[in-house]
Amino acid sequence: MEREIVFCKGGGCTAKLGPAVLEKVLEKLPKTKDPNFLVGFDHSDDGAVYKLTDELALVQTLDFFPPMVEDPYIFGKIAAANALSDVYAMGGEVKTALNIVCFPEEMDLNILGQMLLGGQEKVAEAGGVLAGGHSLADQDVKYGLSVTGIVHPDRIITNVGAEPGDVLILTKPLGVGIVTTAELVGESSPEALFLAIESMQTLNKYAADIIKKYSPTACTDVTGFGFLGHLHEMLQNKYSALVFSDQIPLIPEALTYAEDFLISGAGQRNRNYLQERVDFKSKVSFGMEELLFDPQTSGGLLASLKAEDASQALGELQKLSLPVGIVGVILEQEEKEIIVE
Amino acid sequence: MKRVDARGLTCPLPVIEAKKALRKMDEGQLEVVVDNIISLQNLEKMAEQTGLSYSTETGDDGYVIRIFAKTKKSRSSPLPALGKTVVVISSELMGGGDPDLGAILMKAFLFALSEQDQDPDKILLYNSGVKLAVEGSDSLADLQKMEKRGTEILSCGVCLDFYQLTEKVKVGRISNMYELVQSQTDAGRIIRL
Repeated sequence: MEREIVFCKGGGCTAKLGPAVLEKVLEKLPKTKDPNFLVGFDHSDDGAVYKLTDELALVQTLDFFPPMVEDPYIFGKIAAANALSDVYAMGGEVKTALNIVCFPEEMDLNILGQMLLGGQEKVAEAGGVLAGGHSLADQDVKYGLSVTGIVHPDRIITNVGAEPGDVLILTKPLGVGIVTTAELVGESSPEALFLAIESMQTLNKYAADIIKKYSPTACTDVTGFGFLGHLHEMLQNKYSALVFSDQIPLIPEALTYAEDFLISGAGQRNRNYLQERVDFKSKVSFGMEELLFDPQTSGGLLASLKAEDASQALGELQKLSLPVGIVGVILEQEEKEIIVE
Repeated sequence: MKRVDARGLTCPLPVIEAKKALRKMDEGQLEVVVDNIISLQNLEKMAEQTGLSYSTETGDDGYVIRIFAKTKKSRSSPLPALGKTVVVISSELMGGGDPDLGAILMKAFLFALSEQDQDPDKILLYNSGVKLAVEGSDSLADLQKMEKRGTEILSCGVCLDFYQLTEKVKVGRISNMYELVQSQTDAGRIIRL
């Protein structure tokens, strides 16, 4: 049987390996000891940071995945925005990027061209240089970037460091995984898809520039493990968090799609990994639960700030183009790690 | 018993296929076979959220979930409908009390009607009831929703003419007294407001 050539089979961060699987493998690897190796995957952080001098550290990250939208140019932009995001989540700035591409030989090369053009434009917008890349002939399309950035070693923002009383800010709407899943089966509305695409292709650079001014205690970007998964990493088994479900920025239609069970397997994997740690109060709907577990492709920054800075930071973030919100607060450790009310 | 083989399908397709099959079933069991536990869990969530009981089993060729379908009739009404259900509305207001309240109640009635498992076969609009089907009506969206799903909406032509609204009808079609009477004499059940 001849294989049908399809660009988009459903991808993005829904294609990520589940957190439970990954944790098992990573904990068996020997840890590299080097005093200059400042941040690595021992805290499941966004990127790796290596100190070169007292004033300069390298931030390195790599991310690639299969298309989650039909348009290759838009997919290129989204994949690049997603890969670049890890540098912003660490507080760094982008310097160079390398393409990483898997592409079927029998597919139209113009599609590849469009994809790479989208990626190149986002790297340029980030102020970086696209310096080359590597491509493989493969059964399915996958695209992303390996990104190198820099950061001052004293100004690295990791995903740990949040303390009780800190307030959580989320800078993009949740629901892009559910909307692209709905789109895959022809069920999403043009409005929902438009907002999802806008959100996914927006660089986290602009939100990071604002958040950095308020000395965040921790920051990460919300991607494959969903909002609750990345919040869980932030809490380090040391603290709890209270999440305000009515303050979560979201794509409104995503709630309806979730209630119609247009949900991915990856969202359920996130639920399996986390559900014992989460206490959903009764007013939280099934759709909202799904949104909080939904894997986000090129999701927003989740940052913890001192409470007194939060509303001013939110005011500035609201002037950017996407829905944002103060979505929770860090608590001392309670019986359940995350309480959603 | 119906069976859906959803092996080889990725989420959300197994759930969508199961929902399609359930919609066509009145009662009995739906058996869905999937090849991974995540798909099974998504099917379990669907059954739980829609209030259907189920059992699961791990077989040689995958995971099997049996969902017990409920009849729509047993959920909405103990009496089986014997023919067409026709809703007759002869005023834009519901009930004879305060007109503001009447308008609110009518809007709520049509919304609730559009949310029922079973749509009526016909809605007949008489006298000021025709105002519900014209431009600016608060219930237009609910009526259009039901029309899209197959409900016939008939407005009395004389009444539209009287209120000078013939040009402003936004849902259904304009009808005459013969058809409106016939619709009622042929009905299995009439709901009259």
